[in-house]
Amino acid sequence: MTLTDLTAHQLAGRLRAREISSVEVTRAFLDRIDMLEPRVGAFVTLTPDQALEQARSIDERRARGEDLPLLAGVPMATKDNLCTRGVRTTCSSKMLADFVPPYDSTAYRRLVEHGLVSVGKTNLDEFAMGSSTENSAFHPTRNPWDLERVPGGSSGGSAAAVAARFAPLATGSDTGGSIRQPAALCGLVGMKPTYGLVSRYGLVAFASSLDQIGPMTRDVRDNALMLQAMAGHDPLDATSLPHDVPDLLAGLTGDLTGVRIGLIEELMGEGIRPETREAILAAVKVLEARGAIVEPVSLPMAQHGIAAYYLVATAEASSNLARYDGVRYTIRAEADDILSMFKKTRAQGFGAEVKRRIMLGTYALSSGYYDAYYKKAQQLRTLIREDYARAFARFDAVLSPTTPDTAFRIGEKTGDPLAMYLSDIATVLANLAGIPALSMPCGLDRGGLPIGLQLQGPALSETTLYRIAYAYEQAAPFTALAPVSAALVAQE
Amino acid sequence: MNTAYEAVIGLEVHVELSTETKIFCACKAHFGAEPNHHVCPVCLGLPGALPVLNARVLEYGIKAGLALEGNIARQTKFDRKNYFYPDLPKGYQISQYDQPLMQGGHLEICTEAGEVRRIGITRLHLEEDAGKLVHQGSANLAGSTYSLVDLNRAGVPLCEIVSEPDIRTPEEARLYLQELRNILVTCGVTDGRMEEGSLRCDVNVSVRPAGSTTFGTRAEVKNLNSFRAVQRSLEYEIERQIDLVSKGQKVVQETRTWSEERGVTLSMRSKEAAHDYRYFPEPDLPAFEISEDRIAEVLATLPELPAQRRQRYIEVVGLPAYDAGVLTDNLELAAYFDAACEGAPNPKAIANWLMGDVAGYLNAQKLAIAELPMRAEHLREMVAMIDSDEISGKIAKTLVVEMMKSGQAPRALVQSLGLSQISDDSAIVEAIRAVLAANPGQVADYHAGKTKVVGWLVGQVMRQTQGRAKPDAVNRLIVEVLAETTG
Repeated sequence: MTLTDLTAHQLAGRLRAREISSVEVTRAFLDRIDMLEPRVGAFVTLTPDQALEQARSIDERRARGEDLPLLAGVPMATKDNLCTRGVRTTCSSKMLADFVPPYDSTAYRRLVEHGLVSVGKTNLDEFAMGSSTENSAFHPTRNPWDLERVPGGSSGGSAAAVAARFAPLATGSDTGGSIRQPAALCGLVGMKPTYGLVSRYGLVAFASSLDQIGPMTRDVRDNALMLQAMAGHDPLDATSLPHDVPDLLAGLTGDLTGVRIGLIEELMGEGIRPETREAILAAVKVLEARGAIVEPVSLPMAQHGIAAYYLVATAEASSNLARYDGVRYTIRAEADDILSMFKKTRAQGFGAEVKRRIMLGTYALSSGYYDAYYKKAQQLRTLIREDYARAFARFDAVLSPTTPDTAFRIGEKTGDPLAMYLSDIATVLANLAGIPALSMPCGLDRGGLPIGLQLQGPALSETTLYRIAYAYEQAAPFTALAPVSAALVAQE
Repeated sequence: MNTAYEAVIGLEVHVELSTETKIFCACKAHFGAEPNHHVCPVCLGLPGALPVLNARVLEYGIKAGLALEGNIARQTKFDRKNYFYPDLPKGYQISQYDQPLMQGGHLEICTEAGEVRRIGITRLHLEEDAGKLVHQGSANLAGSTYSLVDLNRAGVPLCEIVSEPDIRTPEEARLYLQELRNILVTCGVTDGRMEEGSLRCDVNVSVRPAGSTTFGTRAEVKNLNSFRAVQRSLEYEIERQIDLVSKGQKVVQETRTWSEERGVTLSMRSKEAAHDYRYFPEPDLPAFEISEDRIAEVLATLPELPAQRRQRYIEVVGLPAYDAGVLTDNLELAAYFDAACEGAPNPKAIANWLMGDVAGYLNAQKLAIAELPMRAEHLREMVAMIDSDEISGKIAKTLVVEMMKSGQAPRALVQSLGLSQISDDSAIVEAIRAVLAANPGQVADYHAGKTKVVGWLVGQVMRQTQGRAKPDAVNRLIVEVLAETTG
């Protein structure tokens, strides 16, 4: 087995035992990137020199006998909407093509302090707006399971990087499914934590009340380890939760005796591909065999999730993206007066999807429309939360598919934004409610593409979600499957 | 002013809170640094940076709200006010929209005619200041060849205080602003320096037939950097509007700017479409509650406010209402007065000296009371010396000027300038004899029964002694000495 096939905790074990060095591990991943990245396009910026320097420093500290954090020396990939000091952070937008932040995002800093070694910044849909990574201003990213297909989005670069074994771990950000949907489409474990569990400081904002940073990994244990490393209160983020982070690995026992799981009826019917439905029903059997009690549950408000989401998210985005005006760190268009400069800069700097959402959000907040749109959407959010509260009075977690379908072909949906939006039906709810949600693979479709199942729990129930996910993984180890894309294999 | 019309005036005042650091980050909030030196990712609006509310700003806001006797919101939040401008780094200002920190306050002013008026305060809310543009080649953005942005001021905490349209005259507007400033400076929430922009005032004014209860079309006047500008601009603008209305013309709803040099208000292009600020709750700052306990805590830290001080001067110190008003209108003067009065049995005399000789001197020398070399306790000492007959009131008038010039203690000056009272009878008698000898005619008049001449003779003795003789001793002794002389 080559080093790049190992999970983060497997690599960590070997590093601790000093069987391998961080430099060796990092080189192995960098070599693989060198060889295969041109086919995948997972990265916007590679940072091999910085990575090797960090790896060397970890090796030196270990050699001195320092007691290092568990994941020290393990490589990771970083979504390119997390600010990294001295390394350009583009959000895959022309607007920020040359933006080099003078500071680190808290989540990234915490991971680096845990000794993780970032090999580069991964591609995304521009400003995290999209479900396919086709909205990147630079290049699309391809799904390592089938290079003709999208990896999902917006954290498609991170998903592709982990699936292609360019790094065992990656950060993603999730506003309406941007971690879970690409995790599902690339056969990974992706967690959107409880709102406020991971600091948003330094995450380039899309929709502030929905955005969360989370881990994208090959298996459940790695996911819990990575989240443990970046979670926790941050005085720089007023929406960061004050609670101590629980031991997220406490539930990795394999046993589900007495755990009650609700199967969301509204997400098992129309619009869900039969193969996906079958995979979920098969997963229910596995969970029951492990001791869980699975019963149907109804979330009547779920049908309004997309509408509420696309109002709240675009409204907040229209304001969050106002700062890209050409005055300071963005590109700047030449113009005769200040107003024209603003307009030209924004016309040139933003892509079509970003403009579409800014216009939607501006409209939703406009005087005279606020009550009908933004306010109503916030009221729906309350109703959706109440739906969840009722469900969680009976269940420890609820289960559904992550996406209605598996990975689609590049270009297949770009002409129909509404169809693209509708595929977020299962994922947006957790963001609207602020609750944790995890996606993990539960099978392959007939074309050999991964199918994802989603677990959601009440706020701060990450430990429970990991418990269920781990038990399922033990019984149905779909996370162990690797992409066997002919193109990737041929290259190796 | 044409008495057929009355003006309706409301003031919007932006006050820079004098916290050490900015409202949403840890940068210094001080005035006067090199451009773009007090900045960080948060106040620069860099991607991903997030605001965190400075607890001191909230405390100051509550304090100001309580000092203005308003209701502090138990539940409040921040909102985003969205608009594009090069000095606004995020493309929105974090402000408060529909849940201001305070509502329903008021303050009282006393006009020169002696009328006490209560002016309502609609609301007080907290917000961040924007940066500053330095235009090159023109006074404003439109005509400049290029403009530089200084973001030191971006994120400096402001509270905006909006009055009810209760104000009727330019004088009342000035008095309102003065009283507001005095209250806020007394609370310690601002330095109140108008010339540095820590207090910025916009006025809304309309006119209507006297006695009408509807409002006329209002104009907003900006760029008012002094109390005087507030009063003068309103005087001009009211005249202008009355002139229009009485000619049957219409007042245009617009923003006007005050030109200090020309003494007129000028229209700022009003063709720009009305702004839609698209306010919505700031998602980066959770809504929060302010507990009764917190409010009580802040209330306990409120110092004596100008109105309370005025009341104390009247009731405890025993000053007439007018004196109390004059002293409290100037915070530094009131503080000086309080210091001078400490332990003094005769505060009224101290007030008289301050409002008379001291005020006159300051005026003539164009000095502020804070720049006066004379220490408050020296004034107290001088008044005590008068009361104990150590010096006469007349001497004191000379002495106080020397004290104000030099800052020296009164006793030292009396010594060095030879101003001490002559209380030795024999010395006074000697002076009387000399006066009588020099004025035989008046002495003869006295013996002829014209006793009124004594007063004139006393005056001559006082002059002879340069006012140093004790007047009652002169009065007593002159009769005795006159009796020695014969007619």
